[in-house]
Amino acid sequence: MIAVVDYKAGNLTSVMKALHAAGADARVTQDADGVLRAEKIVLPGVGHFAATEFLEKQGLRAAMQAQIAKGIPFLGICVGLQWLFEGSTESPQTLGLDLYKGRCERFSAGLKVPHVGWNALEVRSSRLLRGISSGTFVYYTHSYRAPLTNGTVAVTDYGGPFTAAVEIGNVMGVQFHPEKSGEAGLRILRNFVEL
Amino acid sequence: MLTKRIIACLDVDAGRVVKGVQFVDIVDAGDPAELARRHAEAGADEIVLLDITATHQGRGTLIETVRKTAKQIFVPFTVGGGIRSVDDAAAVFDAGADKVSINSAAIARPELIEEIGGRFGAQAVIVAIDARRAKESRDPVKGAEVFISGGRRPTGRNVIEWAREAESRGAGEILLTSMDADGTRSGFDCELTALVSEAVQIPVIASGGAGNAQHFADVLLQGKADAALAASIFHFGIADVRELKTEIARCGVPVRLPC
Repeated sequence: MIAVVDYKAGNLTSVMKALHAAGADARVTQDADGVLRAEKIVLPGVGHFAATEFLEKQGLRAAMQAQIAKGIPFLGICVGLQWLFEGSTESPQTLGLDLYKGRCERFSAGLKVPHVGWNALEVRSSRLLRGISSGTFVYYTHSYRAPLTNGTVAVTDYGGPFTAAVEIGNVMGVQFHPEKSGEAGLRILRNFVEL
Repeated sequence: MLTKRIIACLDVDAGRVVKGVQFVDIVDAGDPAELARRHAEAGADEIVLLDITATHQGRGTLIETVRKTAKQIFVPFTVGGGIRSVDDAAAVFDAGADKVSINSAAIARPELIEEIGGRFGAQAVIVAIDARRAKESRDPVKGAEVFISGGRRPTGRNVIEWAREAESRGAGEILLTSMDADGTRSGFDCELTALVSEAVQIPVIASGGAGNAQHFADVLLQGKADAALAASIFHFGIADVRELKTEIARCGVPVRLPC
């Protein structure tokens, strides 16, 4: 069973629909128990970085940390990816999980923000992105970007390169929305489901 | 490189698509779910479903239509028409929409932009502006006026100022429809679109006036639009979005291809 963590940051319908289309037994959970019982975890999220504070209050953060330490596959989407970093200038007092180094920052001035639309991936070797070649387009909608790290497995360019996807062991994240990225997105979700 | 989006719009009345596309082998040409799926498969970057009558009685129908349509597509899906409150928006999101487009209701009560954005994120709120050039004004483009109620009622509000206010209240995108160009098939209002696009930092979707691929290229380049939308793009001899995008790409516009 895949636990899709609901932390009241936007709407989960699209993610659930796409996970089901990718063949997953996915269930929405708002409590630590649901996370601790899961075989895999998806942390979606569109909205403000501060919304991740809800995870702390509900004991979801500790539950996810415990599961990640056990090697349970984890996929963060959008703000879910950013939460894997130290933090974000969007809400400086809110702590991320610090599994990837660096802070997320707003796109530089002079660019249209949010970065909305289909942009291309430059892909390095990754289990999550198996079968996805460089040049594949995926759908983005975000105002803050994650820095490049040693766990970066895909890069996208918008006024400079930023982290499109991370993967070290079982801890994965994508800045784009696989649930809204057509066939390519479904393939990535299937890769995760089949891990 | 971020590509320019080509958005297919379905105008829906009482659960049926009323203006639109003639797929040759389609079973039910009025079924929004079927049409949305076909557009997405044909390479549309996004689907917009617009409830053009948005009657109170039609509410239940709309939610059911949204649910059925959302089931079929895995590209961004926007719903507009008759969304007047956070609860209206929540019901549409729950049915599977990714964004809502608000128009008259945002003019009547601009706080609605903040309310929906606060709960679902700025990326989920598109403010739609129906604009008409101010013919009598010294600068008809700069003086363009906002209209509501499907373009029937003038508001006395300036388009540029309203776009800026929508942005400052947290809109994620502007959907700008030129009432002058709409239905003419003689091209988008590139001048007005460029003016709005330069006045705000958020993406602007151009609408109204599409007649051929060159019109799209013009509004995406000279008009500085980030996306272009059309309801009846396939009425003028273009087979599907993919063919349209191929032609637009030939004009030098970055688009998502292959798609």
